[in-house]
Parts: sequence; C-alpha cells; structure tokens
Amino acid sequence: MASTLVIKDLHVEIEGKEILKGVNLELDSGKIHVIMGPNGTGKSTLASAIMGHPKFEVTKGEVLLNGENVLEMEVDERALAGLFLAMQYPSEITGVTNADFLRSAINARREEGQEISLMKFIKELDKNMDFLEMDQNMAQRYLNEGFSGGEKKRNEILQLMMIKPEFGILDEIDSGLDIDALKVVSKGINQMRSEDFGCLIITHYQRLLNYIEPDFVHVMMQGRVVKSGGPELAQRLESEGYDWIKQELGIEDETVGQEA
Amino acid sequence: MTTQMKLPVDQQAVQAFSEKNGEPGWLSSLRLDALAKAEELPLPKPDKTRIDKWNFTQFASHTVDSEVYASLEDLPETVKSLVDADKQENLYIQRNNTPAYLKLSDSLKSKGVIFTDILTAAKEHPELVEQYFMKDAVQVDEHKLTALHAALVNGGAFLYVPKNVELEEPIQAVYVHDNAEAALFNHVLVVAEENSSVTYVESYLATEGAGESLANIITEVVAKDNARVVYGAVDNLSEGTTTYVNRRGTAARDAKIEWALGMMNDGDTISENITHLIGDNSHGDTKMVVVGRGKQKQNFTTNIRHWGKNSEGYILKHGVMKDAASSIFNGIGKIEHGATKANAEQESRVLMLSEKARGDANPILLIDEDDVTAGHAASVGRVDPMQLFYLMSRGISQQEAERLVIHGFLAPVVTKLPIEGVKQQLTEVIERKVNV
Repeated sequence: MASTLVIKDLHVEIEGKEILKGVNLELDSGKIHVIMGPNGTGKSTLASAIMGHPKFEVTKGEVLLNGENVLEMEVDERALAGLFLAMQYPSEITGVTNADFLRSAINARREEGQEISLMKFIKELDKNMDFLEMDQNMAQRYLNEGFSGGEKKRNEILQLMMIKPEFGILDEIDSGLDIDALKVVSKGINQMRSEDFGCLIITHYQRLLNYIEPDFVHVMMQGRVVKSGGPELAQRLESEGYDWIKQELGIEDETVGQEA
Repeated sequence: MTTQMKLPVDQQAVQAFSEKNGEPGWLSSLRLDALAKAEELPLPKPDKTRIDKWNFTQFASHTVDSEVYASLEDLPETVKSLVDADKQENLYIQRNNTPAYLKLSDSLKSKGVIFTDILTAAKEHPELVEQYFMKDAVQVDEHKLTALHAALVNGGAFLYVPKNVELEEPIQAVYVHDNAEAALFNHVLVVAEENSSVTYVESYLATEGAGESLANIITEVVAKDNARVVYGAVDNLSEGTTTYVNRRGTAARDAKIEWALGMMNDGDTISENITHLIGDNSHGDTKMVVVGRGKQKQNFTTNIRHWGKNSEGYILKHGVMKDAASSIFNGIGKIEHGATKANAEQESRVLMLSEKARGDANPILLIDEDDVTAGHAASVGRVDPMQLFYLMSRGISQQEAERLVIHGFLAPVVTKLPIEGVKQQLTEVIERKVNV
C-alpha cells in the first residue's frame, strides 16, 4: 500500500520567532529522502514540528499523511496514524524499562484483548536487538537512562524496527556515532527499506550516505527547502560544500533569520 | 489557645487493661506513668505543619475485640492477595486490636527466633521486651504522642532474631483496620542480635470506609553489631484516620538498617523516620514514596543521625501530589562531632499533578564535624513535557504516558519491597490513588 506524506507551505515559530518559512516537500513510501544543510537552517525544527513537539507552533501550512492533516492530531494520534520520529535527544525515563515501554507502544496500536503475547514480543525484541548488536540487558534497563550517545541512537532504531511505522523521520540519527555504530544504525535503516516504508533522514554529514543510498536529497537554508535532487546532489555537497548553492541563490547567510 | 482535651481513658481503665492482659509489673507502671505524662506534655512540632487542631487524642474506645481468622481461607480478599499462603511460613495478622492469625515456622522457632504480637511477647518474654521497649530508639516522654502511645499500646509485633541467625525468607505482618471504632496504638519492636539478618515487611490496610479514627504507631528497630535489618512497610489507612507514625532504628557497629516505606494513607499523616547510626561503619538507607490526594495534609520527616565513624546514610524520597493534597518533606542528615569520614546523602523529589497541590522538599544538612562528605538534591516540579512528548510520539496516550512516568518515578521504592504480594499491593494502591 503506497502512502504519502505531503508538507505544504509549513511555517513554524518558536517563542515568537519564525524558523520555518514555507517548507514544501512530498514523500512517498518506498523512498528515502535526505535533508541536508548547515546548522541553524531549520532541519530539526521541521522534524519536530511534524511530530508535534510542544515548543513549536505551526502558524501556517499543512502536513498531510495520506490526505489527512496530522497537524490537527495529538502527538499519539500522529504516531498511530503512521508517523515515527527518531529523536536527536531522546528523553530518559526512570523506572520504566525499555521492554515495558516498547510493549506499551506496540499494544497502543492494537485493540484491547489483542495485545501482543509476551513470548512473541520477547522473540521479536531479541531478534532486533541482536541485529543491532545491542546488549540483551538493555531491554531491562530504564528507558535511555545512563545510555551512551551511541546506545540511545541504536535504541531509537530498535523502536523503529519494532513499531514499523509508515514513515520514519530520523533527526540526526548519525550525530555522535563512531564508524562501527554508524554502520549498525545504517544496517537497521536499510533493513526497514521496503515498499511500505518511507523515510526522511536529517543529517549534517554526507558520510551516512556511504551506507544508505537515498532516492532524493534536499537542501535547507533560511527555513526553506532551497534545492532538491538525486544522490548526485549529496556527492557534490560532499566535494564542494554549500557555497555554490549560496552563490547560485544569492544567499549570504544561510541560517534562519537572514533573508536573501 | 490549646485546650488540653481530657483523654478518654483514665488511670483505672489503663490499669484494668494491663491486668486483663496479664502484663508484667514494669509495663503496667510504664503505662500509668506515661498516661500522666500524656496529660501534660505538648504535641510534637513537625517542621512546617501545624497539627494542634488534628485529633490525636479522642477516640470511641481504646480497644475493640474483633473476630480472629481461623485460617488463611477466612481472610478478606484484599488481605489474601498480600499473602502467599503456600510459601509464607512466618506471618502475623492483626485485625483492629486483635491478634487474628500467627504462624512461625518450626525451623525458626528452633533457632530461637521469636515472632508474636507485642502484648503476648511482654507476657512471655518480659525481660527481653523490657530491655528494648521505648528505651534507645523512642523515649516515652518525648512528647504527648509518644507518652500516649506508651500508655495505650494495644497491638503490634515483637520480632527477635538471635545472634548469628540469618533469616532468608521475609517475616510478614498485616494490620487490618475494618472497624472505625478501633484506635490503633501499634508498637513494633525488632531486635536483631549480633551478626544476624532479617527482613520484616508490614502492610496496613483499611478494608472499609472511613469513619473518624486514629492511629498512633511506633516502630523500634535495634540492630546490634554487624546485624542487617530490612524493614518494608506499606501504609494504606483510610481517609478518616489521622495517623502519627514514628519508625526509628539504631544501628551498632557495622550494622545496616534499610527502610522501604510506601506512605499511602488517605488521611492526614505525620510520619517521622529516624535512623541513629551509632556504631562505626554503620549504614542507614531510607527509601520512601508518597502519594497524596484529596485534601489530605501530610508531613514526612526523614532523619539519619551519624554518630559513628565512617557511617553512611542515604535518604531517597519521591512524592506525587494531586488534587489539593499538601505534603512537607523534611530530610535531615545530621553528622555529630566525632563521626569522622561519615557520608550523608539525600535526595527528595516531588511531582505535582495539579495546580492546587502543594509539596515542599526541605533538605537539611547539620554537620558538627570537619572530615565528612555530604550532599543533597531536591526538586519540586511537574511531569516533564518532553518525556510526555517522547512517549506519545510512540503512540502511547497521554494518560498512559503520565501513568508510566509516575510509576517510574515511584519505582525505586516499589522494586525494593521483598514480598511479591506487598509489592503488588503498593503498585495497585499507587495505580488507584494516581488515576482515579
């Protein structure tokens, strides 16, 4: 079943300051999109606003998941509709084990009385943790508490694999990872790749794309998508940086708050 | 003006009660002496809570007789679920003021372990009980409520563990309050001799609706050299019951006392918990969770006093306040002069679930010695919106997300309780109190 996620003229403010100034983007399931761009251009804001982060206020625009505007939904409803956000800074929650949390998340998608059996859950969890080369005891540790940066990122991918959303938005899933961890995280994302899964990866670094081949690459500057292309765009950014885009578009300062 | 309310019992009544129980002379005279003091002494003054209008002294009758439970089959369902009937070999159940069920395994008896209700203990082991009863941990004449307690003790348990005896299975006590006329003056005395080890877990529960009642509960734990005592409690008395509960311990050299206290009363409550680290290398660890709801007012003072060198004291308190409930959390780490290399750590956290709820966390460190370490952390706040966002972004509803965060917040104490049924009880009580 093909799904679509359409972002239309999205404007977002934080504490009265406009960060996104009309983002337009269309995603289809089966494809991997990557958003690149220097710091401070609104990439993470886009990811958080789509999911409904409490600090961001959408002032204009729509985000349509299969035609339905998710901006009118509560955060949990967005998730149940098929969205998933792997966060840059996942919260730590004392006293709630990783396993209990994951089971709650899976059962939230099921009818009462149709909850996943414990056996089936554990089997699935073990399999995915093995795949991500995670220590088995991380299932019983409190959610993200005391996890290293790399462990947190793997744990986000573990959730992605367990929950199997229609669209995954991965916000800087590669930041702070050493090369081995980067490979494992990439392996998890590649494993998700299918006709039923669409993905939006936000990153500063081209190196992630050595392991994940994108279908589309977009560049954000000044709170907008300013350039889109195929994998060749990422390669050009890697070898030449962003200056040529700035020159092409007459942008002096690419960060939000500056105007061309 | 504080009018001295006349107590509902007089010297004659106390004398008669003592005689009826066949008490030793020392206890009779201790009671009578205490009653006279109770008339005179002032109420305690818990920091930041005014209690002069609370009813600690007026009750319908001193002691009511309740039917005993002939077997565990006769227990009310709520009590049954606390007790693992197949496994629990050491169990005391008290119904209001009546010892209603008692079981102690032969193997423990043969090792010299004593476990029985406090009044029977006073009768059968008068010298042993006299040696510790309101001597070192709690004194009769501290204030009106300790004196009143001493005069009117009408329940509780005595647990004695001889030298070198290490108990592996926990000892369990259940105090059922199902008659509003019953006033609880329970005294629990735990004596752990040198090199012994014991875990005692008690549950207070009210099986039916309130009525006005009161509880005046004192626990004394005596841990001798190198003894280890784990003391778990879940207090769940009714909305109409005003409670004064004082749990204290003294730890000798190398001894360790650990408290895991689930303070789940629905009525106004003053709780005092003090651990005296007397001996060198002694260790005190207090973990407490509280849920306040409705209009209840509570005060929890947790105090670890360091006298011994290298003594270690840890206090961890987590409270959840909802509705218009109000609680004061006073945490005190006191290091006396001479207690070199002592370490006093404490952490108090309060989670507020409503605008009208009130919670104060007051960490206090009092240090009379130079060569020590100490630390404290305290916070009062709401459920972190970022935690909710994170959980909800996985499809978990706001209500379920809050439930997870709150249970997680209280988990450090819940997971400490060594009896599965009691752990379950605390989890369910928390569930009920937080969600309704």
